[in-house]
Amino acid sequence: MSAISLSGVKKRYQKNNVVHGVDVEIEAGEFVVILGPSGCGKSTLLRMIAGLEDITEGEIAIGGKVVNKLEPRERGCAMVFQNYALYPHMSVRQNIGYALKVAGMPRAERDAKVLKVAKSVSLDPYLDRKPGELSGGQRQRVAMARAMVREPKVFLFDEPFSNLDAKLRVAMRAEVRNLHRSLGVTSVFVTHDQTEAMTLADRLIIMNAGVVEQVGKPSEVYHNPASLFVADFIGSPAMNLVRGFFGEDGYFRHGQGGMMHLPGLGQGLVSREVSLGVRPELVQRVAADAKGAMAAVVDYTEELGASRLIYATVDGSRLIAVDTSSDALGTGMPIHLSFAAVDAHVFDHNTGRRVDLGDANSAATRARINA
Amino acid sequence: MIERSPIFDAISYGVMILGLMLVLLPFWITFVAGSQSIQEVTQVPINLWPSSHLLENLQAAWDRADLGPKMLNSFLVASGVTIGKIVLASLSAFAIVFFNFRARMVCFWLIFMTLMLPLEVRIVPTYAIAANALQPLQVLLDVTGISWLIQTLSGVQVSLEWNLLNSYPGMILPLVATATGTFLYRQFFMTIPDELVEASKMDGSGPLRFFWEVLIPLSRTNMLALATIMFVSSWNQYLWPLLITTDRATYGTVVMQLKALIPDPTGLPDWNVTMAGALIIMLPPLLVVAFMQRWFVRGLISKDK
Repeated sequence: MSAISLSGVKKRYQKNNVVHGVDVEIEAGEFVVILGPSGCGKSTLLRMIAGLEDITEGEIAIGGKVVNKLEPRERGCAMVFQNYALYPHMSVRQNIGYALKVAGMPRAERDAKVLKVAKSVSLDPYLDRKPGELSGGQRQRVAMARAMVREPKVFLFDEPFSNLDAKLRVAMRAEVRNLHRSLGVTSVFVTHDQTEAMTLADRLIIMNAGVVEQVGKPSEVYHNPASLFVADFIGSPAMNLVRGFFGEDGYFRHGQGGMMHLPGLGQGLVSREVSLGVRPELVQRVAADAKGAMAAVVDYTEELGASRLIYATVDGSRLIAVDTSSDALGTGMPIHLSFAAVDAHVFDHNTGRRVDLGDANSAATRARINA
Repeated sequence: MIERSPIFDAISYGVMILGLMLVLLPFWITFVAGSQSIQEVTQVPINLWPSSHLLENLQAAWDRADLGPKMLNSFLVASGVTIGKIVLASLSAFAIVFFNFRARMVCFWLIFMTLMLPLEVRIVPTYAIAANALQPLQVLLDVTGISWLIQTLSGVQVSLEWNLLNSYPGMILPLVATATGTFLYRQFFMTIPDELVEASKMDGSGPLRFFWEVLIPLSRTNMLALATIMFVSSWNQYLWPLLITTDRATYGTVVMQLKALIPDPTGLPDWNVTMAGALIIMLPPLLVVAFMQRWFVRGLISKDK
């Protein structure tokens, strides 16, 4: 088993900086997902690991061996491509076995291996078909079998499911997860789909504009976002982010004259421009006389079945709350919302980084991560 | 544009039939004349109905123009040119499309520009090269002073010569470079998705292996189309074989032999034999097209293209 280590990895096309220096250690046997919006450099990073792109600066090591100058075939990686990239003129058998053929494995041995791998992804009835005669999901499985048959040190997935329909995607996700569990091969998976990322990953690498924003377990990234970008990007509905500042009196001021009383949060932050973040599921509807209740006006609601989302305005700032009650809530209705100060996150608005809030908040966050 | 009216249909059919007749009439006259006796073919007005002397005319034409060995020559030359063109065109397009070297666009435009320079335009320099294929090297040696150096050092005068006149390589090689073929292959290669190239890299195959095991099988239908066009056009070459061969008895091609079939102005006006000869000579390209047609269609309807 082999670990991947990236240190100071940069990619430049002519004068365009695409990846600005990435330092990440990937443990052996780990399933790492690189997540980010399109154009953030995540695919470029993966392709640099694969050897399909030159590394402008920095070093990539696989299994302790620097691979910067190695050809893709010498790196021991297998890759699954977004558009499957199957050889259209070869049968499924030939497609899966091509790498072995190139490596000069004798035919009998090769066929036995291909059959074994094909069985493991239930492709054995289709071995003599051409890719053109298969469905999207089957083609994707051929692409995976082709990667598996080489018994690589590292699996690389480049948005492999983006051409599949939603249902198939869920099925393939489970298949990849099982595969990883049974083979235990270090895997790097690139996607822009956060559900995919959250469900598959042992650890997530969140990228934005060529920079790694945060590396961590899915629950860590969700409950303890390191930056404004991560807070906003992860989670659906997105985290409530309210822009404002803490006054001398400890109140958080926002919107049009809005004031929130958040005991214990404001120390050392007075007059710094910040964004206050809180997950919608931690915002509660409360009675008007409850402690910390804020008067709000319902803008609209979104029905999700088990619950609904209330989009409300509090003194000119938008707050989203998850509500499980069945009360009739129409546009313009006054309600009261509140959330606990320990559930809030504060981000410096200028740097976009998280501000450490002290023990109470960290404890609450830790409890949630470990839950 | 879909038009469905009887009048429009009638007009389209009329135009198509007219065009077809324009194309087919000369062939019909050739066939009819080739099947007539000398009396029938010289009568006025000409009879447009076939007669019964086809076989004997074919026999006469075959013997008179010595078509047996000439047919073999034509076949060798046309196949050689076709194969050469395909090999050269596919390899040069491969280099231009899949390799990122500095002069790649320059190379492409140089090749592309030769589209504007058909053989007829460059026939004199081409002949000069064919007369001594090593001449460019000689010039290079002379200009750089290497031949002078060798002569002063060893006393041997450097004079390279490789004469291609009156030889199969001479008839084939100058026709092998083809901008059309390169362009066709380039267009096809550009439709190959990058991911396929990358997948084969990940599978560990080198460039030549990728070329041979992925690109060539995928371009099969293109190759057959190109081969058909090239075979017909090189079969029909007249000027170049005529120019480069003086030994017509050994190296003549059938198209050159058409001349030998034309009746002597002072001799017997047996145009029926000439026409029968023409029929024989145009048969092979016709067969090639007819046979290749099946592959075209198969290539067009195949799903995994």
